[in-house]
Amino acid sequence: MDRFLETFFNPVVMAQYTPDILAGVWVTLQIAAAIIVAGIAAGLALACLRSYGIRVLNVFIICYADIFRALPPLVVILILYFGFPSIGIQLSGPMVLFIVLAATLAAFAEEIFWAGFSSVEKGQWEAGIATGLGFTRTLTYIALPQAFRLAIPPIVNRVLAITKMTALGSAIGVSEILSSATTAQSFSGSATPLTMSVIAYLAIFLPMVAAARWLESRTAWKKR
Amino acid sequence: MDIFIDQFFNIEIMRKSFPLLLSGLWMTLKLCSAVILLGLIGGLFVALGNMSERRWLRWISIAYTDLFRALPPLVLLIFIYAGLPFAGINISPFAAVVIAFLLNNSSYYAEVYRAGLISVAKGQWEAAQSTGLTPAQTLIHVVLPQAVRNVLPDLLSNTVEVVKLTSLASVISLSELLYNAGMARSVTYNASPLVLAALFYLVLLWPLVRLVSHFQRRLAA
Amino acid sequence: MANRPMLEVVALEKRFGPNTILKKIDLKVAESELVFVIGPSGSGKSTMLRCCNRLEEPTSGDILVNGRNIMAGTRRDLDRMRLQIGMVFQGFHLYPHMSVLKNVTLAQRKALKRSKAEADARAMNMLEQVGMAHKADAYPGELSGGQQQRVAIARSLALDPKVMLFDEPTSALDPELVGSVLKVMKDLKSKGMTMVVVSHEMAFARETADRVVFMDGGVVVEEGTPDEIFGAPKAERTRAFLSRVSG
Ligand SMILES: Nc1ncnc2c1ncn2[C@@H]1O[C@H](COP(=O)(O)OP(=O)(O)OP(=O)(O)O)[C@@H](O)[C@H]1O
Ligand SMILES: [Mg+2]
Repeated sequence: MDRFLETFFNPVVMAQYTPDILAGVWVTLQIAAAIIVAGIAAGLALACLRSYGIRVLNVFIICYADIFRALPPLVVILILYFGFPSIGIQLSGPMVLFIVLAATLAAFAEEIFWAGFSSVEKGQWEAGIATGLGFTRTLTYIALPQAFRLAIPPIVNRVLAITKMTALGSAIGVSEILSSATTAQSFSGSATPLTMSVIAYLAIFLPMVAAARWLESRTAWKKR
Repeated sequence: MDIFIDQFFNIEIMRKSFPLLLSGLWMTLKLCSAVILLGLIGGLFVALGNMSERRWLRWISIAYTDLFRALPPLVLLIFIYAGLPFAGINISPFAAVVIAFLLNNSSYYAEVYRAGLISVAKGQWEAAQSTGLTPAQTLIHVVLPQAVRNVLPDLLSNTVEVVKLTSLASVISLSELLYNAGMARSVTYNASPLVLAALFYLVLLWPLVRLVSHFQRRLAA
Repeated sequence: MANRPMLEVVALEKRFGPNTILKKIDLKVAESELVFVIGPSGSGKSTMLRCCNRLEEPTSGDILVNGRNIMAGTRRDLDRMRLQIGMVFQGFHLYPHMSVLKNVTLAQRKALKRSKAEADARAMNMLEQVGMAHKADAYPGELSGGQQQRVAIARSLALDPKVMLFDEPTSALDPELVGSVLKVMKDLKSKGMTMVVVSHEMAFARETADRVVFMDGGVVVEEGTPDEIFGAPKAERTRAFLSRVSG
C-alpha cells in the first residue's frame, strides 16, 4: 500500500509539478472555450442556412456534417498538422486542435439543431409566416427558441465529449493537461503526474457530467 | 494545386502504402469487435445496476458511469498503459486499449440502455411476470428487445464513436490503421497515407452515420 | 368439492408510505365462482387484485390459491404460483414486438417448458376460443383494442390458470368493442373458470356474477348476490355509489 501511494500519490512530485499541471489546465480551458463558442455558433449557422432549403447548399452542408461525424478527429488533426506545412500553410498545434475540434462540434451541432428545427410543427412556421413575420423572422423568433429547448441536452453531451478530446493535443505537442503530465512523468520517473492529470480532468468534467445528468433527468421528467 | 494533389492525393504513394494500411485496418477491426462486444455486454450490466432496487448498487453504477464519462479516453489509456507498469502491472498495448475503451464505452452504452429500459412501459414487466416468467426471462424476452429497438439510433451512434475512438491506440504505438498511416507518412514525407486512412474510415463509417440520421428521422416522425 | 375456496384473501393489508390503502380485507372465492368487485375510484380495487399475484407486495396478510399460500416460499415458488393466476389488465400489455401467436406461446415455452409444437397447438386452441385464431400471425399494433384484449385473455388461459383476475378489462375499449370481450368472459364462466372481475359493466354483473363485492376506502363494505346488491343495498355508501353510477 505504501508503495502504491509512493508511486501514484508522491507528495514531493505533486508539489513540484503542480504549476505545470495548472498551466496545462489553463491551456485546456482556453482551447475548450474557443471550441465550444466557435463550434456551436458554426453549427447553428449551418442549421439555419439549411432551413432555407437551397438544394446545392444543403448537399454541401449534409456532406460536411456526415464527413466530420464519421472521421476520427485525430486523423484530421494529423493531416492538418503534418500535411499543411508542405503546401506552405503553417499552423500551430493549438490552432490545429482548435480548428479540427470546432469543425467536429459544428458538424454534430448542425445535426442536433436541424433535428430541433424539423421537430417544430409545420403549423408554427405557417402561423409565423401568415402573421407577416417573413421567413427569417419566423426562424429567429419562433422556430429557433423551440428548437433550442430540444437541442440542449444532446448539445451538452456532445460538447462534453468534444472538449474532452482536447487531450488529443498531446499528440501534436500542445501543452495541455495530458502532455504536461506525460512530460512531467518522464522527467520525474513517477506515475504521480498521471494521477494529477486524472484529478485535473475529473475536477473539470465531473461537475459538467453531473450537470448534464441533472439536465437530462429534468427534461425527461417534463416530457411526461 | 498540383502541389496540393501531390501532397494529399498522391496515387503512387497511396498505392504503395495500401498493404500496410490494410493490415492496420485489420487490427482496427479486431479492436473494434473486442471493445464493442464487451462494451455492449458490460454496459447492460451497469445499466441494470443503475436501475436496481438496491441503493448501494445504484450508487456504484452511477459513480462508475460519471467517472468514466468525465475522463477523456486518451487520459485513461495513457494512465493504464504508462501508469500501471509503475505498480508492477505490465500489460500489452492491445489489452491496455481494450480495457481503457471498455471502461469508457460501457459507461456510454449504459446510459443508452438506461434510457431504453425506462422507455418500456411498466405494464410490460407486469404482464410478463403475471404469466410466471422470471425477472431474467422478462428482461431477455420482453423488455430488452423493446428497449434496444427504442434506442437503436443511440446505440448505433455510440458504436460509430467506438470505431473512431480506436484511432487513439496509435498514440501508444499499437499498429492499427492510423498508426500505420502515420508510419507511412513519416517514411514518405507525404500526407497521402493519412488521407487514405481517412478514406478508409469514411468507407467504414459514412454508411453508419447515414443510418443513424435515417433512424433518428424515422423515430421523430 | 363445489364450495372449496379456490382463492382466499386473509386479513390483507397494504400501505403506501403513510396511507393504508387496504385495511384487513378478507375474501373467499369458491371454485367456478365469479366474484364481481365494484367501488369508487381510489377505493383499492386494483391494489387488491394486484396483491393477489404479488405484483403489489402486501404489507401483511395471506393469499391462498387452491389452498397454498403464495406469501410463503421463494422467488421461484412465486413464479410458479403466478402461472396459476391469470391476470388481464385494463391496458392489455401485449408484447408489441411479437406476433399474436408468440405472445401466447412465450410463457408456455419459458415458464412451463412446453415443446414448441405443444405450445403452438395450445395457443391456437385458446385463440380459437376467443375468436382470434385468424390473427395468429398479426402483430398487436395491427389489432383493435377489443381484439388485443381477447388475445391477452388467451395468453393467460394458455397457462391453465386456476383463477383469472380481470382489472377493468373493457374500460379502455370503444363501446362497440366491449361486447366481444364480455362474451369471451361469459364463455369462460360457463366453462367453470374461477374469476374475480373489477369492472363497471353492471349489466354483465347482473347476468353473470355469482356474488358482488362493494369496496370503499380500503374495506369491503358489503357483499351479496347481484339481486341483493343492486336491488336492495343495505349500506348507505353502497346506495350512494350505485345511484351515482346509474344516474
Ligand atoms: N404505487 C403506489 N404508490 C402510492 N399510492 C398508490 C400506488 N398505487 C395506488 N396507490 C393509491 O392507492 C389507492 C387505491 O388505488 P387503486 O388503483 O387500487 O384504486 P382503484 O379502486 O383501482 O381505483 P380506479 O377505479 O380508479 O382504478 C389510490 O388512492 C392510489 O392513489
Ligand atoms: Mg383500478
